[in-house]
Amino acid sequence: MKTVYFDHAATTPVDRRVLDAMLPYFSEQYGNPSELHRLGREARAAVEAARAQVAAVLGAGEKEIVFTAGGTESDNLALFGGLARSQPGHLIVSAIEHPAVMEAARALNRQGWAVDFIPVDGDGIVDVDAYEQAFRDDTRLASVMFANNVVGSVQPVAALARIAHEKGALFHTDAVQAVGSLPVDVGELGVDLLSLSGHKLYGPKGIGALYVKRGTRLQPILHGGGHERRLRSGTENVPGIVGLGVAMTTAAAQLPEVRPRLERLRDKLAAGVAERIPEVTSLGHPTQRLPGNVAFSVRYVEGESMLLRLDAHGFMVSSGSACASGSLEPSHVVLALGLRAEDAHGSMRISLGRENTEEEVDAFLEAFPPIVDKLRQMSPLYVKG
Amino acid sequence: MYTDLVMDHFTNPRNVGEIEDADGVGQIGNPVCGDVMRISIAVDDKDRIADVKFKTFGCGAAVATSSMVTEMVMGKSLEEAADISNKAVAEALGGLPPNKMHCSNLAADALHLAIQDYLVKNGREADVEQFLKALPKEREHSSH
Repeated sequence: MKTVYFDHAATTPVDRRVLDAMLPYFSEQYGNPSELHRLGREARAAVEAARAQVAAVLGAGEKEIVFTAGGTESDNLALFGGLARSQPGHLIVSAIEHPAVMEAARALNRQGWAVDFIPVDGDGIVDVDAYEQAFRDDTRLASVMFANNVVGSVQPVAALARIAHEKGALFHTDAVQAVGSLPVDVGELGVDLLSLSGHKLYGPKGIGALYVKRGTRLQPILHGGGHERRLRSGTENVPGIVGLGVAMTTAAAQLPEVRPRLERLRDKLAAGVAERIPEVTSLGHPTQRLPGNVAFSVRYVEGESMLLRLDAHGFMVSSGSACASGSLEPSHVVLALGLRAEDAHGSMRISLGRENTEEEVDAFLEAFPPIVDKLRQMSPLYVKG
Repeated sequence: MYTDLVMDHFTNPRNVGEIEDADGVGQIGNPVCGDVMRISIAVDDKDRIADVKFKTFGCGAAVATSSMVTEMVMGKSLEEAADISNKAVAEALGGLPPNKMHCSNLAADALHLAIQDYLVKNGREADVEQFLKALPKEREHSSH
């Protein structure tokens, strides 16, 4: 059976070019970049070359890039590091943030920070008026993700950053899903802090970066040898950093070709599901969304059941059901869109990537309707209309 | 995360459907929580379960436990069937992941409600207490 990987929002395969660039840095060029000897200097050069690659793709300066262990660490560094200098005040995040921001905000809340969670509309776009009105005199930071990992909706980040600055607050965006899939230019966006992750863009796991706009005062959350301009102690993950640099460059180079192709496959898949299966609700904004993201809710059927049956047919997808999320609650993102809990349990996410083909989309559209039909026949909630 | 037996019952569920003019029907769970199970039984004149079918909305564990419980009680006496617990169903499947023990392991409860329904319909309230020492209560977490 052929494996069809439709879960690129979870992670992506490491690109061959990325892997080839990384390999020498494990056992041949293994020097510590902090050391002055040749191997150390060569490792330092590789790290700085990768920093330049990452900075170039984002339109940032090289000194504005801090390497981290991934998206979660970048988000935590942005929130905890960005707020460490001030007395507890007020913090704004959207209701659909990734847990890395959501739980960091909750942890700050336990430390005395007031937190407002800004609602989204039915398409998963942040309510800009509610956002603007949430600011207080003591609001220190707002964090709204660039593109949502579950329903794909792309947020008006530049406008949100502008508002935050008018109110005298820092603005952070978790761009983990966007970087590599959409053009991301920190100058155009006007953000102070931006998180990205290697393994979402065909790079390795365990590496990420935080863009820190020049002049932004940040405190480290890891203390030690003072690496990464004192913002992130710990010996650099040289192979990971090298891989991230190549992954960023490769994704940026391919974006003009990959993006329209994925958007076409995405729209075909979404339309095909809506056409073939009754009582399906599509989730997220119809056009303002990630190029590879298809999200919908299937009534009367639970998400994990669909996921496991698709898995048995070789299709790897994701679900926002409680079971799939490992808790008793369905996805907070799908609920924030206004879906009833019973329908949120039937939510599915397909995230296409650059190696996916039209044949795979067609095969999915063949395989999926009978699976839903079988599960509905088994469902006590289903009354054939 | 699931045993092969769970996956087998999920992929090839036994006794799916609803018995027409069933002698007893039991339903438990709440769509808000993501699990609803309905079990219908036909009872013969020797108080044996002559037929049993299920319909389930839920995850892999919910489907597999439903399927397993129908297999366990087919042909059993009501008294024997009433003795089967959710835990016994999970054990018969070779175990369930810990997070599934609470939310998706309710098939025996649905069966017990079906037996209760049958007994009450036949004016045998006295037997309800005798057979079903621990009647399933509405699930604690169905309120959230």
